[in-house]
Amino acid sequence: MEFGLMQLWEGGWVGALLRGASVTILVGVGAMLLGLATGIACGLIKWARVVPLNWLVDIYTTVVRGVPELLIIYLLFFSSVELVARIGTAFGWAGLAETGYPFLIGIIAIGAISGSYSTEVVRGALAAIPTGHVEAARALGMPKARIFRRIILPQMLRIAAPGVNNVWQATMKDTALISVVGLQELMRTAFVGAGSTRSPFIFYLVAGAVYLAITFVSQSGFKRAERALVLKGRA
Amino acid sequence: MDWDLLHRAVTTIGKGVGTTLTLASVSLAIGFCLGLGLAVMRVSGNRLMSGFAEYYSAVFRGTPLLVQLFLFYYGLGQFDFVRENPVLWWVIGGGTHCAIMALALNTAAYTSEILRGGLISIPVGLIEAAKAAGMSRALRFRRIEFPLAIRQALPAYGNEMVLVIKGTSLASTITVLEITGHAKRLMSQTYAIFEVFTIAGIFYLLINAALIFAVRRIENRLTSPAR
Repeated sequence: MEFGLMQLWEGGWVGALLRGASVTILVGVGAMLLGLATGIACGLIKWARVVPLNWLVDIYTTVVRGVPELLIIYLLFFSSVELVARIGTAFGWAGLAETGYPFLIGIIAIGAISGSYSTEVVRGALAAIPTGHVEAARALGMPKARIFRRIILPQMLRIAAPGVNNVWQATMKDTALISVVGLQELMRTAFVGAGSTRSPFIFYLVAGAVYLAITFVSQSGFKRAERALVLKGRA
Repeated sequence: MDWDLLHRAVTTIGKGVGTTLTLASVSLAIGFCLGLGLAVMRVSGNRLMSGFAEYYSAVFRGTPLLVQLFLFYYGLGQFDFVRENPVLWWVIGGGTHCAIMALALNTAAYTSEILRGGLISIPVGLIEAAKAAGMSRALRFRRIEFPLAIRQALPAYGNEMVLVIKGTSLASTITVLEITGHAKRLMSQTYAIFEVFTIAGIFYLLINAALIFAVRRIENRLTSPAR
């Protein structure tokens, strides 16, 4: 039984896997940014208890965190792909549903999942800010917008940093699930390569190693950011 | 509203609930034992053992569950010595067994981190007191360290259990017919995408809600007495 290392090298799969990895990173970063925007908005709504909206946010976080990621991706992709294919064909881009659309759905679906976890992180960080700080700022006569910008936001970012790191790790790994609807990212490339060379072991091993490398590199970046966020002269 | 379709969807997808629960409970049971072992290795002070446990948890927590699942199911199935070994083939060959193994190894890594957090949070004075009372190492672990670590770790472990329930849906990608697998098959038969996946989602939400409720009850039981 061959191990498949030669096919991996000679078939040009190394380049394909690296291209897949760049798509994975793109989806991961896009989803994370979308998730953070959602998370900050929803976290603020939950923290400030904006009455009708916070119920919607509660439903959103409960449902998205309680249902498997795979199911959310299936639901969003399959319920809209036919319509998108028809629109694409109407505008003379028949391949839209196969190429561009899984990428877009990937960012939206993973972003929605990431956002539900970010919401909890942001809400927790806001709740951890001592009320005395906000009261002191108010006593000094600061306007509301400045209290938010100068007092609440910087502290929230500092407290939320480790939680955001966790969400990023989970988001990065969730991008692998987009492969089930055919986006040519790292996992999908490994799947295709495994099928065509009939040596799945090496392909999934390499894919796993690339995910691990992405995790380690981003982890050390986050550690540095966390250290930079710590106040000088404390901790 | 198409009641016939809803009825069909609920009964068909409901058939997968048992498989989902089996996958989750067996892998959680195996994963807990492995995770406990790994956590004890982490805090043991032996560099070889704690190093192994640390790398194990970094690798399994740093890669997607889907990659691990495919590596075991398709990757290991490629080798003749695995196919010819009856024990290995029993574990790898079938989708259900393989999914349980992948989920168990995966949750073991997360469980070890949770339990390690519980173990290192125990006040040193309590362990010293147990030593002073002449307790053996095993007795000390069983009577002092383990119960305190569990109490500390239970809320985080509840979240991990929910993640395992959600993780079982990946078994559908290696042909196991659990909730998601049944839902996907029904979708390709009826094209009622929204209804089918909504009902499947409700099943998962109910399972997770019941699980969280049970964990909260246990938490209250463990923390309330005589305080």
